[in-house]
Formats: sequence, structure tokens, C-alpha cells
Amino acid sequence: MDLRKLKKLIDLVEESGIAELEITEGEEKVRINRGGLATVTSTAPPTVAALPAIAPALPVASGESEPAAPEGHVLKAPMVGTFYRSASPGAKSFVEVGQTVSEGETVCIIEAMKLLNEIEADRSGTIKAILVENGQPVEYGHPLIVIG
Amino acid sequence: MFEKILIANRGEIALRIQRACRELGVKTVAVHSEADAAAKYVKLADESVCIGPPPSAQSYLNIPAIISAAEVTDAQAIHPGYGFLAENADFAERVEKSGFVFIGPKAETIRLMGDKVNAKAAMKKAGLQCVPGGEGPLPETPEEILKLAEEIGYPVIIKAAGGGGGRGMRVVHTEAALLTMVQTTRGEAQAAFGDPTIYMEKYLENPRHIEVQVLADKFKHAVYLGDRDCSMQRRHQKIIEEAPAPYLPLRARVRIGERCTEACQKIGYEGAGTFEFLYENGEFYFIEMNTRLQVEHPVTEMVTGIDIVQLQIRVAAGEKLPIKQRDVVIRGHAIECRINAEDPLKFMPSPGRITSWHMPGGPGIRVDSHAYNGYFVPPYYDSLVGKLIAYGDTREQAIRRMGIALSEAVVEGIQTNLPLHVELMQDAAFLRGGTGIHYLEQKIAKFAKAAE
Repeated sequence: MDLRKLKKLIDLVEESGIAELEITEGEEKVRINRGGLATVTSTAPPTVAALPAIAPALPVASGESEPAAPEGHVLKAPMVGTFYRSASPGAKSFVEVGQTVSEGETVCIIEAMKLLNEIEADRSGTIKAILVENGQPVEYGHPLIVIG
Repeated sequence: MFEKILIANRGEIALRIQRACRELGVKTVAVHSEADAAAKYVKLADESVCIGPPPSAQSYLNIPAIISAAEVTDAQAIHPGYGFLAENADFAERVEKSGFVFIGPKAETIRLMGDKVNAKAAMKKAGLQCVPGGEGPLPETPEEILKLAEEIGYPVIIKAAGGGGGRGMRVVHTEAALLTMVQTTRGEAQAAFGDPTIYMEKYLENPRHIEVQVLADKFKHAVYLGDRDCSMQRRHQKIIEEAPAPYLPLRARVRIGERCTEACQKIGYEGAGTFEFLYENGEFYFIEMNTRLQVEHPVTEMVTGIDIVQLQIRVAAGEKLPIKQRDVVIRGHAIECRINAEDPLKFMPSPGRITSWHMPGGPGIRVDSHAYNGYFVPPYYDSLVGKLIAYGDTREQAIRRMGIALSEAVVEGIQTNLPLHVELMQDAAFLRGGTGIHYLEQKIAKFAKAAE
């Protein structure tokens, strides 16, 4: 099995998110483990044709069905209330994914007891993800926004 | 009936309230601090809301957080339990102003009873006797002082207004000693507290703590559910409670019960409440009213068969009290032992993980506890991990059953006061019954002396 093919297989595993892939080609066997080492056992030269047939049938075999959380600091709700992206309905959201924010900048609102409380970014960075929906109730400590 | 109730408390009482709600078909919202995220009742609740970090001030005492939690979950009523905000009139007011029903009396009633001076005045007007004492500071002239003491009746106690915690007090047994003692106490008060103001009250040498449970609806119907004796205390903390109070003549029970009911009606009381008295030589002296559910409510529930928490909820929902006074029948005897996470000899709190938890059962045994095998007792709150209640046809049977139950109970990983309860169930004076509020501390002091 040549290196290019092996690299393609490794890329395939990474992109698809499956945990483990084992391919047998004739007398050659490759097992690729996400987070582990790729092992190759080979006794005969492979045939190229077998490879493409595998690709469409790959199921997602990993245990986690959620995508990995984006890297970064998680801003958590400092109070109980209802989360809003903007100061009022129809107004522009305070932040969008990809936007840079500085520490102390308002990123969202948590409404409680008829009062709108501005929640500030607790550090500077780029908004990587917004983890709650507009109008969703949140409890103390609820992850809100990822700042990377 | 409410569709959803938010339980603004924690620990065993949160579980107790949840059970009452479930029986009534009411959905529950459990609010909790980060330290209580793994609590049993949180997991059993229909919804739960984390309202803050562990410290009570930021969680269970955090009024905006609790009311917000009620808003986001669309709860209709809030049950405050006991402790925390249960007797906070501001909280009751804000709950109602925010559109929720506060399960308890009106804010103004809580406010009235929260001020001990005003409460006594209100109760006097309602016909209840208070610990006799002068109104306000001690008069100036020797003649007036002597007259006051004579009116109150010896022995009297002279207290520094700026004192407290047992300091700045002197007991006077005879008229001859009075004036000198007044002088000395005044001088001490000035020196120790910078305030020479002193006042006089009747001194009760060995009173018992006896209280009366009441229930009232919003239509001015009120009933009393009998009395409880909570004299077994250490540093004003109740350790054992029982119902009914031993050795009270029936007429005295009925009379004090009726007076409490009348007082309820006079002040427009709504919900569950308890009138606390010091009882000595056949006389009841009102000390304060608790405008909430109490820790020891189970002993009353056992001897009356009445679910006090459910009735609290039903009354708050606008229902008429489903019972009349003649429906209240006291039967048998119940004793409750409070199980605290603490060193049984030194009384130091003992938080931590319970590695082994086994509670007793069998006839007449009730366990009210939120703890379970592997539960971590957090260090941020009080040490009550559970209540063990024993019921019997007689006081003797209740005590015997409690002794058996205590021998079956296993709690490992933390220390508890179970050994103290085992000891008390065999204590001769407790077995006789009728011990006063100083008994336990005197017994503990004897133990400490013997250990030296």
C-alpha cells in the first residue's frame, strides 16, 4: 500500500468523524483509529479498485453525535433569565460568529424580572460560537458564547 | 390548584415539598445552587434551574434569581420551605408583585411577626400571655423598680439591652438583692456594651418549649393541630421533637390551641404557622410565632394523619380548609430525631461524601431525607441530612421503635449525631418525659466533665 493511499485514508477518517476504519484489500489490512496509530499489515500488493467503493458506505461510528465544541473560552450565564441576541426585537444582534469583541463589550442580554441585563464579554477575542437560541431560558452557569 | 410550583429551598424540605406537589398532581421546579446540582429532588423535579454558585447569599437567598427562575419556567407559585427566604417579608412581597403566589401568609403578617416586640404586643392584644416584663427600659427610681419586680414576680432576670448571647444578664431571686443587682448590672452594661440601658423580665428557671401548630385558609377559618414539645435543644437548636407534648392536661391543650386559633383569625393569618411558648408551672408564655412550615412538622402529621404541606398548597391555591376543628384527632405519639452531619461529641460540622447510607423501616417509621448512598453533603449549608421519625400508640412504643430504628441506621463517610440520639433514647429523664430546655446542655456538660 503506497503512502499516498494511506494519507487519503487517514484524511477520510478525519473528515468523516468516524472512530475507527479497517480496510482489507486482498491480504493487506489497514486499521486507522482516530486518536490512535494507523497499523498496516501487508502481504500482497493491493488493488486500487477496491478503495473508492468503501467511501460512500462509511457510517458515522463514533459515539458522539454532536460536533466537537469550538476551541475557546466559554462565557457562562451569570444569572437566570431569558437570553436575547439583541437589545430589542428586530434590532441588530450584538454579535455574530466571526466578529471580534473586546473585554467589557456587550454581547447579549439576559432578561429577568422585566429588566434587560447587558452581559459583557469577559475577555477579548473572536466569537467562535453562540450556543443558545434567541429567547431561550438560561440558568446560572449556562454556556452562552464561545470566545476564542 | 396550581399547575406548577417552584420550590425555593434545598435539602430534605425541598424533597418533602416535591412529594406533596407530586401527590397533588402539580409539576415541580427545583432551583438549586451549583453545589446541589446532584441532589435527589433536582433529578426528580420536572424542571430544574441552577440559580447561582454555592454560597447561600448568591443562590438560595438570591431573590432576583429565584423569581427569574419562576418566570422562565412559568411557575405559578413559590414554596419557600423553612429558613432562607421563608420568613422574609420582602421576598413574599416581591413574589406576589411579580405575579406569583407565595405559599405562606401575607407579607404584612410576616413583617408583623418578624418584629419580636410588635409580635408580642399583637399577641397580647389577641389574648396570649407573654413572658412578663417591663415595657421598655427599667424605670429610674428604686420604688418603681421594686414595684415592677413585684408585679412580674420573682425570680426576675435583669438584661442589658445592648447585651446578648447570655452576657449582661443577672437573675434575682429575692427583693432584698434586687436594687444592688440592678446597680451592678447597669455598671457592667455600661462597661461591657457602652450602654447602661437594662430591662427586666420574669425568669423561667426550667421551662419547656411547647409549640402549637395552626392552619388557616384565606376565608378566616383556622384550626390547631395540637402541640409539640421541642425542649431537647442545644444552643437553641432543636435536636428531638415530639407530639403531643407530654403531661399536659387536656383542658390546657384545648385552651392554648383555641387561643392560638383566635389569634390567627384576629391577625388574618393564612397558611401554616406555629406559636412558640415557654411553659412553666402550668403557664404558657408566648415567645414568638413562626410564619412558615417547620422542620418538625412530621411529628404532627403522624399523630393527626394530616398532610400539612399539601394543605399549605391547597390553602394558597384558594381552597377552603377541608377540615374543621372536630376533625382533628390526636392519636398516638410521635418522636423525631434530627440527623445532623456533625461530630457527636464536639458538634463540629462534618460535610463530605456519604460512603454508606442505610435507613431503617418497618411499622411506624418514617424517614425524611434527601441523602443517598454516595451523596456529597456540601459544606455551605446547615448540617441537617435527615429526620428519623417514629410513631407509636404510646410514647413508650414510639421511643422503643426509635431505639430499634437507630440501631438499624448506618451512615458512613461523614460523622453524625446518631450516637447522641441512641444515648438519649435510653436517658432516664427523657424516658420519663417533660425535661426542660436546659436539660440537654446540662447532660452534655456532664459528659464533657466525665471525659476529662
